[in-house]
Amino acid sequence: MIGATDPLFADPFGLPEVGVVLLKVFVAFVFLLVAVMFNIWFLRKVISDMQNRIGPNLAGPWGILVTLADGIKLFFKEDLIPEKSHRFVFKLAPYLSLIPAFLVFAIVPIGGDFNRTDGPGIISIFGHETLLQVADPPVGILFFLAMSSLAIYGVMLAGWGSGSKYPLLGSVRASAQMVSYEAALGLSIASVVLVSGTLSMHDMVLTQAGPGFNSFVPNWNIIVTGFIPFFIFLVAGTAELNHPPFDLVEAEQELVGGFHTEYSSIRFALFYLAEFMNQITMGAIIVTLFLGGPAGPALFVPKGWWVGVFWFFFKLMLFLFGFVWLRATLPRLRYDQLMDLGWKLLIPVSLAWFLVLAGIQIGRDRGWSSVEVGAFALGFGVVCMLCGALLMMALSSARAQRLTDLEQASADSGQASADLGQKRADLGETPTKGVLRG
Amino acid sequence: MTAERVMRRGNDSAVLRLSEAEAARIGGDASDPDDDERVMLNMGPAHPSTHGVLRLMLEMEGETVLRSKPVIGYLHTGMEKQGENLTYLQGCTNVTRMDYASPLFSELAFSLTTEKLLGVEVPERATWIRMLMCELNRISSHLLFLATNGIDLGAVSMMIYGWREREEVLRFFEKVTGLRMNHNYIRPGGVAADLHDGWQGDLSELLELIEPRLDEYEVLMTGQPIWRERLQGVGAINADEAIALSATGPLLRSTGYAWDLRRDEPYLAYDEVDFDVIVGTYGDCYDRYAIRINEIRESMRIVEQVIDRMPRGDYRMQDKKVTPPPRLRIDESMEALIHHFKIFTEGYQVPRGEAYTAVESPRGELGVYIVSDGTSTPYRMRVRPPSFINLQTLPHLMRGGLIADGVAIISSVDPILGEVDR
Repeated sequence: MIGATDPLFADPFGLPEVGVVLLKVFVAFVFLLVAVMFNIWFLRKVISDMQNRIGPNLAGPWGILVTLADGIKLFFKEDLIPEKSHRFVFKLAPYLSLIPAFLVFAIVPIGGDFNRTDGPGIISIFGHETLLQVADPPVGILFFLAMSSLAIYGVMLAGWGSGSKYPLLGSVRASAQMVSYEAALGLSIASVVLVSGTLSMHDMVLTQAGPGFNSFVPNWNIIVTGFIPFFIFLVAGTAELNHPPFDLVEAEQELVGGFHTEYSSIRFALFYLAEFMNQITMGAIIVTLFLGGPAGPALFVPKGWWVGVFWFFFKLMLFLFGFVWLRATLPRLRYDQLMDLGWKLLIPVSLAWFLVLAGIQIGRDRGWSSVEVGAFALGFGVVCMLCGALLMMALSSARAQRLTDLEQASADSGQASADLGQKRADLGETPTKGVLRG
Repeated sequence: MTAERVMRRGNDSAVLRLSEAEAARIGGDASDPDDDERVMLNMGPAHPSTHGVLRLMLEMEGETVLRSKPVIGYLHTGMEKQGENLTYLQGCTNVTRMDYASPLFSELAFSLTTEKLLGVEVPERATWIRMLMCELNRISSHLLFLATNGIDLGAVSMMIYGWREREEVLRFFEKVTGLRMNHNYIRPGGVAADLHDGWQGDLSELLELIEPRLDEYEVLMTGQPIWRERLQGVGAINADEAIALSATGPLLRSTGYAWDLRRDEPYLAYDEVDFDVIVGTYGDCYDRYAIRINEIRESMRIVEQVIDRMPRGDYRMQDKKVTPPPRLRIDESMEALIHHFKIFTEGYQVPRGEAYTAVESPRGELGVYIVSDGTSTPYRMRVRPPSFINLQTLPHLMRGGLIADGVAIISSVDPILGEVDR
């Protein structure tokens, strides 16, 4: 089951093949650790540039070893376990966060020449043909969803097991946030699966490779699915990462450190590692799902497996930079606003868009003409707008009701001190009105 | 929720003034003692966003704050009491440490009160220098507010930007007073030193630097949808409640009640300069943010006018009983030496009496009340600290909001704990 499309498993499977698999696992493992080191350094360097600071510059050239120094420092710190904590859960939680972060990367194709006609994306290691990804299970992207659901347990149990109030609040937020954003995440993934017709990550890249429209516009899913699933995935993915502006789970200014308030030493380092590793894997998943992964534009002339690697990392870096940019710019959302955004905007929109894509897909299968497809899209658009208008009306009437309540309340208090109101009228000032704005 | 709100908005909306039992009743305390849906959360004194050592006891239902109680005293240094042991000349070194974000205002209020008791008038130039420095201090204090308000809401870059611009103002302070904070610059009788040569140029550069940066903040925050969502309608208070709770400064002006001592009870030369009093409409955190950012602009307007109109003359009064003689005179004149010695050892005697003067500090009405028994130290010194009094609106503002709103509200009240505890 593991290697549905991997040619490595097509031949008789023996010791050399096991060696190749182990080599890939080892390389991916080391690569991820180094990438996390780089990512933390990159974040600190870029954000300090955005904030007119110098940033790390002492450990190694350009401070590039600062993460290593941090890690060594944390490793030698005293490991505190709060007395009221649930010791087993407290110790287990960091691993529950870290392991899924590692595993998700296994399904990401990171290189290979996808513009080749014979065996696209296949490379040869010591004479064994294989894919440049640790595993390509046929369930592919579902594995990612499964792992990100598991990662919630790490955060949740960390907060619960700490036996303290701030972490508990953080973990309550975490479970609500991650569960609700996973719905939007899943729906936008479903759109991609719908158009590419496969769950396997390798096959998804294959469908996006090639000359594309007029051999100029690439055949990437971001265009094929009409941008909206991409943006929804981006927002929901950022929320899934607990990354600013959705970092309510940590929310230093409110919950001190959120779920990892009580953690110190290497256990804290593991959470930190998991957080930044998740950024890398989420970036990689976005790149694979929507931007063609290692498949670059066909215009790019040089060929070879490294071309794919180059494109993959180029796109990944764009997202890592984007994450830093978000962190430097945006204030944090409030808990209820976060839930509003997830349930009232992202999920309805992604659901509606999914239905549109499904309708077009059916039309294509049945050979509808473009007029019929257009009529369908128009009709569906009208239905969507009706539903949207109803939703908006409900929201605005609820807001108006709240406003009336508040106005009533402030009017009552106004009568209580009529002389002050009179004084204010003498000064020629308008009395204050409602307190809630749209 | 609505009924509770009405109840809360009666005349007794200040939970702090009631007994614990009454407060519990008004607060809608659970009638069932076994109700375990509520949790008491202790926020501070060591918490990233309690602006120092403020401690809040929060009673929460989920993330919703029901009742809250500020607990203060973690920074108590006995400065008011200390003021009774310091001469009037030393008094400024004491009061300047209260509101460490806007030290010049405490010095000013203390000096004005002392001068009122002495019955002396300071030279015009001294008055205008005081006004200039205070307005610059208002700018630096509000910049600090923008920085902390940003970080409290999770806009990390704003924190750095606010401090960066404040640093430029402090650089000017350092040139004039020799210190970045706790200046002891404004003293009874005038100011400690004249402005340095080329101060106009320094200030013009400073204003040119800050002006476009303010516009950048507006781009970064004011129009930012998340920023607006987080602040609008949060921590709302109306004018009656604000007056009932004695709130002053941006907290009161945010309700639309235009009360600014610079305009309503002019001191220094504020009646000669042209500026606007900024008011809000809704009394929420967003209005308080907007008021402060616009007050920076108004202060810059005042500074510009002061640059053009700074009178010539002496920077302190030449009453040898109050201000020390110039250094050179001490070498020539025995009388000057004696005056110098007496002022710095015994201090000058202030006539028997009592006086109160209030100034508009960046946080509100900052008043100093001194009772003099005719000796060279005050019999009693009492400071009306705006931070402390504004802080009593907190339980009212925070009620019914989420914990994240609470952080925004503390930030928008902008308390300085050194001044709260004194």
